[in-house]
Amino acid sequence: MKPLLRPLRTDIQETRQTMLLIKCPYCDEERPELEFRNAGEAHLVRSSSIVEQSDDDFAAFLYFRQNPKGLQFERWRHIHGCGRFFNAVRDSVSDKFLTVYKAGEPRPNVEQFVVQPAAPVEPGEEPQAKPARGAKKAEV
Amino acid sequence: MSTTTHSGSNRIAGAGRLTPAKTVRFTFDGQNLTGLEGDTVASALLANGIHLVGRSFKYHRPRGILSAGSEEPNALVDIERDKSRKQPNVRATVQEIYDGLKVKSQNRWPSLTFDIGAINDVFSPMLPAGFYYKTFMWPKFAWKTIYEPKIRAAAGLGVVPGEADTDRYSNRFAHCDVLVVGAGVAGLAAALSAASTGATVMVCDEQPEAGGALRYESDVVIDGVSGHEWAAATVAKLEAMDNVSVLTRTTAFGYYAQNFVGLVERLSDHLSTPAADMPRERLWQVRAKKVVLATGAIERHMVFANNDRPGVMLASAARMFLNQYGVAVGRKVGVYTANDSAYAAAIDLKRAGIDIPVIVDTRDNPNSPIVEEARSLGIEVLAGHAVYSAGGKRRVSSMSIRPNRGGDERKVAVDALIMSAGWTPSVHLFSQSRGKVAWDAANERFLPGTYAQDCVSVGACNGTDGLQATLDEAFAAGGGKAGSVPATGGAGWVGGMIGSAPGAGADTTVKAFVDFQNDVTAKDVRLAVREGMHSIEHVKRFTTNGMATDQGKTSNLHGLAIAAEALNRPIPAVGLTTFRAPFTPVTFGAIVNHARHDLFDPTRRTPMHAWHAAQGAEFEDVGQWKRAWYYPQAGEDMHAAVNRECVAVRNHAGIFDASTLGKIEVVGPDAAQFLELLYTNPWQKLGVGRLRYGIMLREDGFIYDDGVVGRLAEDRFHVTTTTGGAPRVMHHMEDYLQTEFPHLDVWLTSTTEQWAVIAVQGPKAREIIAPLLEGMDISNEAMPHMSVREGKICGVPTRLFRMSFTGEAGYEINVPADYGQAVWEAVYERGKPLGLTPYGTEAMHILRAEKGYIIVGQDTDGTVTPQDAGLTWAIGKNKTDYVGIRGLLRRDLVADGRKQLVGLKTVDPRQVLEEGAQLVANPNQPVPMTMIGHVTSSYWSENCGRSIALALVVDGTKRLGETLYVPMPNGVIEVEVTGTVFFDEKGERLNG
Repeated sequence: MKPLLRPLRTDIQETRQTMLLIKCPYCDEERPELEFRNAGEAHLVRSSSIVEQSDDDFAAFLYFRQNPKGLQFERWRHIHGCGRFFNAVRDSVSDKFLTVYKAGEPRPNVEQFVVQPAAPVEPGEEPQAKPARGAKKAEV
Repeated sequence: MSTTTHSGSNRIAGAGRLTPAKTVRFTFDGQNLTGLEGDTVASALLANGIHLVGRSFKYHRPRGILSAGSEEPNALVDIERDKSRKQPNVRATVQEIYDGLKVKSQNRWPSLTFDIGAINDVFSPMLPAGFYYKTFMWPKFAWKTIYEPKIRAAAGLGVVPGEADTDRYSNRFAHCDVLVVGAGVAGLAAALSAASTGATVMVCDEQPEAGGALRYESDVVIDGVSGHEWAAATVAKLEAMDNVSVLTRTTAFGYYAQNFVGLVERLSDHLSTPAADMPRERLWQVRAKKVVLATGAIERHMVFANNDRPGVMLASAARMFLNQYGVAVGRKVGVYTANDSAYAAAIDLKRAGIDIPVIVDTRDNPNSPIVEEARSLGIEVLAGHAVYSAGGKRRVSSMSIRPNRGGDERKVAVDALIMSAGWTPSVHLFSQSRGKVAWDAANERFLPGTYAQDCVSVGACNGTDGLQATLDEAFAAGGGKAGSVPATGGAGWVGGMIGSAPGAGADTTVKAFVDFQNDVTAKDVRLAVREGMHSIEHVKRFTTNGMATDQGKTSNLHGLAIAAEALNRPIPAVGLTTFRAPFTPVTFGAIVNHARHDLFDPTRRTPMHAWHAAQGAEFEDVGQWKRAWYYPQAGEDMHAAVNRECVAVRNHAGIFDASTLGKIEVVGPDAAQFLELLYTNPWQKLGVGRLRYGIMLREDGFIYDDGVVGRLAEDRFHVTTTTGGAPRVMHHMEDYLQTEFPHLDVWLTSTTEQWAVIAVQGPKAREIIAPLLEGMDISNEAMPHMSVREGKICGVPTRLFRMSFTGEAGYEINVPADYGQAVWEAVYERGKPLGLTPYGTEAMHILRAEKGYIIVGQDTDGTVTPQDAGLTWAIGKNKTDYVGIRGLLRRDLVADGRKQLVGLKTVDPRQVLEEGAQLVANPNQPVPMTMIGHVTSSYWSENCGRSIALALVVDGTKRLGETLYVPMPNGVIEVEVTGTVFFDEKGERLNG
């Protein structure tokens, strides 16, 4: 009896390719990507007096997004798990999740994730984990 | 030397590992042939002396078998099990034969030996790389009608099967500590070492049997036994361990993030009569803690004139055909090499009694012991020479040899020509893992450089040369304590050349093929550079080098070297194209897997579905739901049935299955406050037992969803959503509750599938349901329009909504889903004598349009505000916040000139507009006309005795009474702009 090849409950399963593993900070477990749904940029704050907001401020809240090459703060929902929304720091170049944290928790310090290249960087190539330009702009 | 004609005249007695008695019959282009069990199509054809197996993609040149493995670019054939189970472009070197197998050659007409398309080869000077970009530009119309269809018909390989695939495909997920890709000497050693630590190990290999190069290397001794025996013993040892799985005929085709590797296991392609319930292939989705890549190396061909003639093949392939399959690739085999490894093939063939007239070595002074060994066997070695051309057409017949330093050409008659330009480490999966390759300048090869994942390369794919070094490295990589085993023999992987061989250089115009499958020659690569392609990515796309189904496994490095030479730049500066999944072609069946037919997408059926079906209802798909569309009676078409249903609802009563509506239970002390924030309407003052129609906006101010909400208690609301909107509304609510308004004490629960909803609508609705209720007063006074009561119907608990989506007095009876059909049947039996008529979604659409009730997603499109839709009344005037409140204040949303919802009446009442038709103010203006709106809903209304329509029109509410025009292909239709209510404008029937 080979545990690894033990027949699964059924051969009929979700066939989409699971790729990334994502850790849910509420479940405290790594689960495959297909349990999650991306929910856009994190740390956008809806004004408590939104009616008074200027057109520019409202436009910034509603439409303008960083979409950086490098580290980005984003929201995810463990939609096929606990259902909770949480935040993550992900490198948009490597797709790598650097950390996850619960909704409402402060933005983690990104300096800890910036890898200083040991050797001189090849021309035309950027260091992999570079904080997004203007990433702090939307912070409250 | 003796031969057996039983399984082919080129079968060498005593050679190979197949059993002569186990014969297999198959056909090739209708010709009956015999092979042996374990043969590939390639080895069986070669055993029967057949080298010509196909015609090339572009020039229709005769092509043979280049390799003995999955890198094969040439020998692509069509495999047919039966009419529905056909597959084109199957590599003859991979497909195993079985009794009854039908093999057909491809891209030839009328026959393989006489192919009309071969005229392309004659005209080839006019068809260089990129010719179609320049040649077929004018006239423009010819692109669609002549050039593209003709070029497509002439080019190409196999033909797509015409029938649906009846095979089954299976899917498994697996997790392991170590996944070893490749079961050659390195993979087996790494697996054995890893397994000894107790780790769970998976080993996969694309071949039917483990061993890799050990399957053809004749001089290897490992741990005191032959290489092949050691491989077999190691596999047996691994298979006996509970923590190890060995998967043969299994290709690791894709390496994704976080050590996620896709494997495809071929289960039945080699069987004559696979069991009916046996899947053809199994997709493995493996997540490994660590991946060991032991993917080996791929031999390169020599780039010289006419190197594509059938019978010209890789030296290692010839060795595999001999030592594994017992097949001699020819009787008089010439050898052309730039490194040592072809000598081993020559020696094996010579010892099997095959004539080796000459070994042509481009190196001036090859001095390895193996060279001396060849000489000692009496083989002539011509060092510092090159093969300038291969003679023959449908089979190589000669090789023309010249000294590198100049001199006379010598022609040697051969019936096969084996070659080796050296070995390319197989870094495909490493590259797919996002690892970065590094250029090994000394040995002219790319090797794994920077790793991106927890992965290690061992053996030939890591550039490790020599058997002992490979074993040592692999045992260490596996992490076991046992240590390596002693070994001798085996070929090295270094040496050779890349780029064009002498005689095919920049000063020549010969057809020296780089990429066989896409018919790319060295000349084409140089032309690309002359045309200005300076990046290898551009060269690749201009010439299509490496873009065929073999992904350039044999050609990429040659192409790169030729481009680099033409550019006069070092190879790393020209760059390497990215390797992408899949490593070898993967069937759609394996990817699609179970997700087809009924399993493609879930089908959702309401609790009353069986009743609708028994009544002969036609169903329509609404998202994943099957909804009863209309209920045709004998002799009725859809039009007649829908008209009857619509009239019945207004004259008597109708019964409608509304179970698909989304339902969300919003509960908690702050439930009303939460709804205040999520809907435009005021909720705090909604009385318990009352209903309200709510509009949900997005933050941008546009309508997102709508539905009726009932207040069951101070802290409990029963929210309904549109059928299609239920999941996203729930997501939207959760988002705001969790992240924007987490201070609110509210719980959200989806109850869509918990409630069956039976709508009874029409003047007799109350009369019909009243007797079925227990302890509920539903008189107009006790239960007015837009109210909700809890009680029992037919003994079943119910939430009874008095509401209407038809404009008639009516009820929506919510009962627990499991009681849905029973209550439905009881209501129907009770109402039938009173004229109660089942109506479907089509009648529902018409009835609501007669009343101007919108359907979100049909009359709105994500750019429509409540004001645009005429729903300003549903916005709480005194509210200071709700989602969308700021969006509605945007300048462009309050400006004039927005499209607003209006009614349309065609001047000819019998004319029904097309939904989506555009509206113009002046039909005589020149094209393109200024379009001022479009029809969103349009129906024949039997109750109104005319057609009705809803439309979004610029400043529509200011245009009431105006005449607009709908230009259609058959003429212009005149319409009058009206209000949106076509029936019972005062709404008196609701309170009936």
